Amino acid sequence: MKRIEKLEMQGITKSFVGVKANQDVNLTIEKGDILGLLGENGAGKTTLMNVLYGLYHPDKGKVLVNGEQLHLRNPKDSMKVGIGMIHQHFMLVQKHTVLENIALGYDEAPFFFPQRYMRNRIEEYSRKFGLEVDPDKKIWELSAGEQQRVEILKALLRNADLLIMDEPTSVLTPQEAEDLFDILRKMINDGHSVILISHKLEEIMSICNRVMVMRKGKVTGSAIIKDVTKVDLARMMIGRELSNSLEKSEIEPGDPILEISDLSVDSDQGLPIVRNLSYTICGSEIFGIAGVSGNGQREMVESITGLRKSVTGSVRLQGDDITNKSARFIHNNGINHVPEERIKFGTVANLQLFENSVLKKHHTTPFSKRMLMNYPVIREHANSLVEKYNVDAASINTPVKNLSGGNMQKLILGREISAEPSLLIAAHPTYGLDVGAAEYIRKELINCRDRGGAVLLVSEDLEELFQVCDRIAVMFEGHIMGIVEPGNCDIEDVGMMMAGSAVEKKQGENL
Amino acid sequence: MSVVVIPREKATPLFNFFILLGSLFAGLVAVGIVFLLKGINPFFAIFEIFRASFGSFFGFKETLTKAVPLILIGSGLALAYRAKFWNIGAESQLLVGAIFGTWIGLAWGPSLPGFIILPLMFIGGFIGGGLWGMVPAIFKVKFGINEVISTLMLNYIAAEFVKFLVVGPWKGKTKYGYPYTDDLPDQAILKYLGNSRVSLVLIILAVCVALLLAFLVFRTRFGYEIRVIGENPEAARYSGIDFFRTTLIMMFISGGVAGLAGVGELSSIHHHLSYPETISAGYGFTAIIVAWLGRLHPGFAILSGLFFAGIIVGGDAIQMSMGLPATTVNVFNGLILVFLIMGDFFLNHKVFYQRRKG
Repeated sequence: MKRIEKLEMQGITKSFVGVKANQDVNLTIEKGDILGLLGENGAGKTTLMNVLYGLYHPDKGKVLVNGEQLHLRNPKDSMKVGIGMIHQHFMLVQKHTVLENIALGYDEAPFFFPQRYMRNRIEEYSRKFGLEVDPDKKIWELSAGEQQRVEILKALLRNADLLIMDEPTSVLTPQEAEDLFDILRKMINDGHSVILISHKLEEIMSICNRVMVMRKGKVTGSAIIKDVTKVDLARMMIGRELSNSLEKSEIEPGDPILEISDLSVDSDQGLPIVRNLSYTICGSEIFGIAGVSGNGQREMVESITGLRKSVTGSVRLQGDDITNKSARFIHNNGINHVPEERIKFGTVANLQLFENSVLKKHHTTPFSKRMLMNYPVIREHANSLVEKYNVDAASINTPVKNLSGGNMQKLILGREISAEPSLLIAAHPTYGLDVGAAEYIRKELINCRDRGGAVLLVSEDLEELFQVCDRIAVMFEGHIMGIVEPGNCDIEDVGMMMAGSAVEKKQGENL
Repeated sequence: MSVVVIPREKATPLFNFFILLGSLFAGLVAVGIVFLLKGINPFFAIFEIFRASFGSFFGFKETLTKAVPLILIGSGLALAYRAKFWNIGAESQLLVGAIFGTWIGLAWGPSLPGFIILPLMFIGGFIGGGLWGMVPAIFKVKFGINEVISTLMLNYIAAEFVKFLVVGPWKGKTKYGYPYTDDLPDQAILKYLGNSRVSLVLIILAVCVALLLAFLVFRTRFGYEIRVIGENPEAARYSGIDFFRTTLIMMFISGGVAGLAGVGELSSIHHHLSYPETISAGYGFTAIIVAWLGRLHPGFAILSGLFFAGIIVGGDAIQMSMGLPATTVNVFNGLILVFLIMGDFFLNHKVFYQRRKG
């Protein structure tokens, strides 16, 4: 079979209900390239790759290999021309051995004694690319790095010339990531090519030879790595156009509300992801956390709100220690939380709107007395939320799953703000919303601050952070790289910090 | 032409009701085919089933008798299924309730008046069934053991234990070698209504329990938390609902009402503990369908419980009059459950034909 010398995607456009995930995207990759595909969450990287892998059908555009147009109907078609994809979450059968997993669905294995044939092939490829893995071990016995090697072997044995890797290092330790890069280098020397989806600038700079940056479904830049710096990439990723900040009254910050000191938290994989974090948020202040997602923001928020245990450090709310208390205790003491994944955590899709309007405070008066729910009061509350926060719903009796994302978010935000919390934590509150809804929600955050509440706003959207925040901390790999004031700082500095470079020199002048 | 399936956004209550009727109708058609294969006129057979159970005073009395345990257990199962806890073990929760009832009735029955011993037996049965129901709840929340398997397996354990009791330590001295315990004393037995096998107390109990559970599900904080857990466990965690405690209490109640049914059967019909298949004619399993047909609304379990009791009574009748095997009724029950679950698919999805373009 002919190998992939050159692969082109031309004018790829793909939209989902109302959202343009890809708009007229062009991509070229040649033999021996490692192409970094960079962008924030929701920039359309994964959609583009799913088109290439045959999982999605583009509305417009075509895919060419060596100048010939392809019709990719499903992943099988893509595999046939030599495109392999390794997902962020591995697709392996946990209780089978490495050999069995690789043999699964492998057409070339002979009917009789397939094990011997497979073993030889696995050993051949392991040696060639340095993919050391014991073929007889069960998948569940392997570390994440080893499982990834199995996935790579699987793809290579199916003659993958072009390997798409979706955030391959997100589950790896730094040492494992280094090993992975060695393997990738060996592969390109052998004439393979790799597309690496990532939002870690460091990684792209160190391993890729070319880079393409996406933002809101469009390509915003494409370059050879030698010609660009991390700052250039950060700029392409976040865009430059920053509109004026929203109108905001000048208020002196009040007393400290949330004091975090030396907080460290582990990720789901048990790796340290938040490291020795310390900061203080005061009343009448919106404190923003900027940074590319996956740098520990989610884990930090979960540990403040009682959904995840911290390893070290303390969290104090108005002077009281609330470290590692239960979610209900923390909520009762005045921290409200607009969660990152609103459909998954913040609402119960099949329950009616009025029932969702008291989620999390359903146990407090006046919504429930003794053991009984006070539904008349709850309905009244739901009606006032719908009215006050402009939630567009047929009635308070509709199941929440019938609401649009924006209206769902308005409902959640309204529910959390209306309790007048001492601290409101909002994680990506405007993610995926249209402009109108997003602006509305930003104004509500400011209103909450003007009433004297403290707000912790976690967002990937720098524009949003600059519009509403009083101070912005930039988070990178679990650390705070620096804290800036929006009216008084350089966007370039924030870009540098997001990319992991400290900028102490200018700090003094700006603050 | 091609079939297109897309998720349905909302279903009106009326549509819901039509799907329910459609499922029942499809179940009747399917069971009609079974009758046809046996060489029996399906219209006549189905007519006979309902005539025997609802068409005569005698039949209706029997229907009420069988409806009592179905309503009790079905409403309890509706509670558990609201929390997406698939309790298949009501059969054993009923048996353990009966064991506790027997024990209390035999130990203290002779020395206490009826108005004390009967409530004691029911309370004991509730606690027994409830404790037994908590076992799979602990298994699930603490060790991640699938509740379908654990509740199903606990059925066998409870059944074998009942057998052990009636041929072993509790074997009645007055029973001449039969595998029964001694009869309960007179004051521990519920009186029948007229010349039937129905106890008025039990009917009132069943209806009250079903209504009470409906109130619990839809009006109390506990019911709210159960529904949140069932619909979205992640949101339950986010909103600080205590998963372990809530599941435990929920299964205590669900198992407890099955235990009530066990005591009811014992003190109104059997008067002594005997082999498990005698004590419960598969009520714990039939009640699963009762709960589904009642759309997991404990109150509606009263209606669906009556309906299935009718089918059981009617099934017995056609067994005698037409010489059909008794298991025909089980075929009927099973088919209706299959069609009910298929009906749910149409509730949640729109299905239509589309002409292929070009």
